Amino acid sequence: MTAREFTLEDLKRILREAAGTEEGVDLEGEILDAELAALGYESLALLETTGRIEREYDITLDDSVVTEAKTPRALLELVNEHLLAVAAAA
Amino acid sequence: MSSTSVVVTGLGVTAPNGLGAEEYWAATLEGRSGIGGITAFDPSDYPAKLAGQIDGFVAADHLPSRLLPQTDRMTQLALVAADWALADAGVDPQTLPAYDMGVVTASSSGGFEFGQRELQKLWSLGARHVSAYQSFAWFYAVNTGQISIRHGMRGPSGVLVSDQAGGLDAISVARRQIRKGSRLIVTGGVDASICPWGWVAQLAGERLSTSEDPERAYLPFDADAAGHVPGEGGALLVLEAADAAHERGAEVYGEIAGYAATFDPRPGSGRAPGLRRAIELALADAGSTPGEVDVVFADAAGLPDLDRIEAEAIAAVFGPRGVPVTAPKTMTGRLYSGAAPLDVACALLSLREGVIPPTTGTSPDPGHQLDLVTGSPRETRLRTALVLARGHGGFNSALVVRAAR
Repeated sequence: MTAREFTLEDLKRILREAAGTEEGVDLEGEILDAELAALGYESLALLETTGRIEREYDITLDDSVVTEAKTPRALLELVNEHLLAVAAAA
Repeated sequence: MSSTSVVVTGLGVTAPNGLGAEEYWAATLEGRSGIGGITAFDPSDYPAKLAGQIDGFVAADHLPSRLLPQTDRMTQLALVAADWALADAGVDPQTLPAYDMGVVTASSSGGFEFGQRELQKLWSLGARHVSAYQSFAWFYAVNTGQISIRHGMRGPSGVLVSDQAGGLDAISVARRQIRKGSRLIVTGGVDASICPWGWVAQLAGERLSTSEDPERAYLPFDADAAGHVPGEGGALLVLEAADAAHERGAEVYGEIAGYAATFDPRPGSGRAPGLRRAIELALADAGSTPGEVDVVFADAAGLPDLDRIEAEAIAAVFGPRGVPVTAPKTMTGRLYSGAAPLDVACALLSLREGVIPPTTGTSPDPGHQLDLVTGSPRETRLRTALVLARGHGGFNSALVVRAAR
């Protein structure tokens, strides 16, 4: 089974729904390697974001994801690893 | 220290009959009510169907998107009221030391609408669907916390929960913090729980009017008084030491001159209710005699027994028909923790303009022996106002405001 892909566009949409956008931050800019904290998303915003990712993609992320994934790129890689693992197991 | 004069330099109002202090004040003088049929949800299956609702408030017009998913309506209203109060005071909190500023608000119900939505998700969709922000969005202290974070106010802060009396209790704590050395405290209260969950909680108190006539539903001190109409909103005030306000050239609305709180004896004890003592102690704290009080903003419960207790307390201190009394909350409904701060804002505007806004709808029962201002505003020289607030379960609070010198 082919794995679903979690893209930057998906992440941006979920971030906006989950926690909105900090004033002065442009999610359409170069954000892949920006610190999520610097984009205005503190731990609770990321908890809400990962909760929404889990629901939408029907995966379970370890609680440490919130603390480990410091950038959008790291979060995308982590989620896509899970999606690949789910597809491989199917 | 304790003699430090503490003054109000900014007002932020979100009321059912006006967004912003000036709009609210204009509506209040005109006798324009914000009470009407509930539109926030379908009330047809509930015995009480009227509320004082704030129409036309769009949080996204005032607040960054970052705050919207994590805030209940009451917090959105409170954040906007705080913004307006600070702007009115001419204060930019970013330029002041963070630990010199604090926030002390009152709360009555917490974020019921937010909480209801998340609880519905919990039992219909499962725990994974509950917002992480439910952890604090419902909480009594959340308005204080969000205002503190938004403006970087890290000094003495807290929340008072004593139903409608809490609005005055919070202002008193804010005054104490100014006297202990804080430079600026944002204080007051904003409540909003016009949602099914909030409604059943309020119905359980058996104090709501079930009248469906907006003109006749909330009639404090009237022989036909039969409960109150709840409303949403309130007011936030900026408090500073008089000297500091004067030094920076701030416009001063008036002084928080006196305050006291008492608790009623247990039901059936035969002892007198505590409201009269609260009034006397607040006047003593202000160094005022009853004769110096120019107007009383009544708690105005709208229930015969509670109205009688309040009227007796006022008559005992000021004499029969001894002082003008008003209840502009007849135009907003009772706003719980937001009610008394809104009355304080209204009292300060009354002092500034030399006019007492009317109590609408009510034809006072002559037995109460109150000089109730009804019909139209009463122009008079005003220097000192007394604001009364009572909370369910026996809380009585009284606060004296005096015109700026």
